[in-house]
Amino acid sequence: MAYFSQQLINGLVLGSIYGLIAIGYTMVYGIVGMINFAHGDIFMIGGFVALITFLILVSIGLTFVPVILLLVLLVAMAMTALYGWSVERIAYRPLRHSFRLAPMLSAIGMSFALTNFAQVAQGARVKPVPPIVTGGYSLFERDGFVVQLSNIQIIVVITTLVLLALFTWLVSRTRLGRDMRACEQDQTMAALLGVDVDRTISMTFVIGAALAAVAGMMYLLYYGLVDFFMGFVAGIKAFTAAVLGGIGSLPGAMLGGLSIGLIETMWSAYFSVEYKDVAAFSILIVVLIFLPTGLLGRPEVEKV
Amino acid sequence: MKSLQMFGLALGAAMALSTAAYAQDIPVAVAGPMTGGESAFGRQMKNGADLAVADINAAGGVLGKKLSLQVGDDVCDPKQARSVAEKLSGNKVPFVAGHFCSSSSIPASEVYAESNVLQITPASTNPLFTERKLWNVLRVCGRDDQQGLVAADYIKKNYTGKNVAILNDKTTYGKGLADETKKALNAAGFTEKLFESYNKGDKDFNAIVSRLKSENIDLVYVGGYHQESGLIVRQMRAQGLKAVLMAGDALNDKEFATITGADAEGTLFTFGPDPRNKPTAKAVVEKFKAKGIDPEGYTLYTYATMQVWSQAVAKVGSTDPKKVVEAIKAGEWDTVIGKLGFDAKGDIKAIDYVVYKWDAKGNYAEITKQGS
Repeated sequence: MAYFSQQLINGLVLGSIYGLIAIGYTMVYGIVGMINFAHGDIFMIGGFVALITFLILVSIGLTFVPVILLLVLLVAMAMTALYGWSVERIAYRPLRHSFRLAPMLSAIGMSFALTNFAQVAQGARVKPVPPIVTGGYSLFERDGFVVQLSNIQIIVVITTLVLLALFTWLVSRTRLGRDMRACEQDQTMAALLGVDVDRTISMTFVIGAALAAVAGMMYLLYYGLVDFFMGFVAGIKAFTAAVLGGIGSLPGAMLGGLSIGLIETMWSAYFSVEYKDVAAFSILIVVLIFLPTGLLGRPEVEKV
Repeated sequence: MKSLQMFGLALGAAMALSTAAYAQDIPVAVAGPMTGGESAFGRQMKNGADLAVADINAAGGVLGKKLSLQVGDDVCDPKQARSVAEKLSGNKVPFVAGHFCSSSSIPASEVYAESNVLQITPASTNPLFTERKLWNVLRVCGRDDQQGLVAADYIKKNYTGKNVAILNDKTTYGKGLADETKKALNAAGFTEKLFESYNKGDKDFNAIVSRLKSENIDLVYVGGYHQESGLIVRQMRAQGLKAVLMAGDALNDKEFATITGADAEGTLFTFGPDPRNKPTAKAVVEKFKAKGIDPEGYTLYTYATMQVWSQAVAKVGSTDPKKVVEAIKAGEWDTVIGKLGFDAKGDIKAIDYVVYKWDAKGNYAEITKQGS
């Protein structure tokens, strides 16, 4: 039981990070109907911005950890949101009325551009940081196995839950959210009724990128390093999570992220570590066979 | 018209210059992971090769010509290694010092063998590298079967009756080293409690760490590179697991300690006796220090490959790789890491691994005497 609890904690934390990234995929898909392949790299940029901000804050002599974390979070979200906005403006908006595959190809190109940009600008080496948030709790002990919950794990899960609640509220209760839902249903009609479609789509990218920045920062705090290539694998996993949860659905993305994190962890815990990815993707296939729209997805209505 | 004449003249002069430069220099190459997760080691190799070439040129070059160094970046990727090898062969390089990762050195060596290029690896320890009866391969470092023996010996002496787990990263180097260590341990009547593998590039090892914790592991032996090893150490400490991590020669870079911070304390690895402490290396180490470079890990090994090759070329009087290989295997060579002699396969004759230990300040030192 103790062992299971520990693995549950591991899986939930990993899943939360996947979920945060997956929300970005799902929001963009829901509204524009394209898969933003550059999103994993936006996440990587978020990690780098967090790292740079952290180093600057430490070098000017700031030592109070909560203030550092808050400032890093704000700067990372702002800077990365700017990246998200620019990517949409440069690579997707000019292609919005082109054929369906064009923005997706442009997204793949953008992904390469961002990866290489980080490689050239920041170097190809792994950038480690010393542990920032340390300490934790021993929850309980059974048969000599102590279940540990570290402070950083608590921060990751709580941040994820708070952000998920915040954005669910934003989408379902605010003016911007209503505009987003309107664009999701019918962009032309929304425009006729006075919704600024371009602005709404820009905001979607900005919000998705800000969430990716949070994920990037959590990743940096939790694993203690970033590298220019980390967006690829994390992006693939998060995309899978979004599809598993039902692409277009916010709670679905979170649920998908948690499922992938838990499957990987539990498979490593009770079977073999070697086949954890095989397990995660096999379950994805099985789910998609029986629920083609994912766990919480709605069937797509063909617009006539 | 006049400008055109000038242009032609300038072009002619430029071409004359470039061909002249080409004819004077002997191109040699260093190849390894200059970018990517293992770039710390690529940098060690490049530092070693740079200084060796500069020193050889300062001493008059080879056969009266200067050496010019080319750099190949394989990112520790087998496919990339092949294409780097093809590119260097196309540049008519007679000699390559490289690569770092065994999974790169082995496929690259096949390309070099076909294109008549001599390859001396300063760092690839997988036994297979010299076991395929290729004519063109040599190495100046040890082999994983020897490294595994030393690791197993240490584990048996210090951890008998305790629990040991073995992990590997499924790469040629990592899996090879883990297998050799397991073989040596089992032959000594010691059975590990867990044998698992992970993916190189993984960041989340919490599930494995919890598993180690539930098996009450005291020592975890990792066949893998420093980045993943560092993360495993960090995540072990975060989960309150005090087990000691032991790994192979891939932990001999200070970057390991930047990942783990003070948690590096107590981590063990096997490597040749510190080349920086050898009397033969003193002058060269000083030169590196003057440039602000710590010649750790494989820096001096790479320097030594250049020395062996240039001395052999001087002796043979030609850069013909086939003749140079014969000469290298027949003779003994003075290098910064001591006198080197090679056997018929291309391995060095005298090899000893020792066990090193990291401290909390991010330094490592030998803890066992040579040969023990």
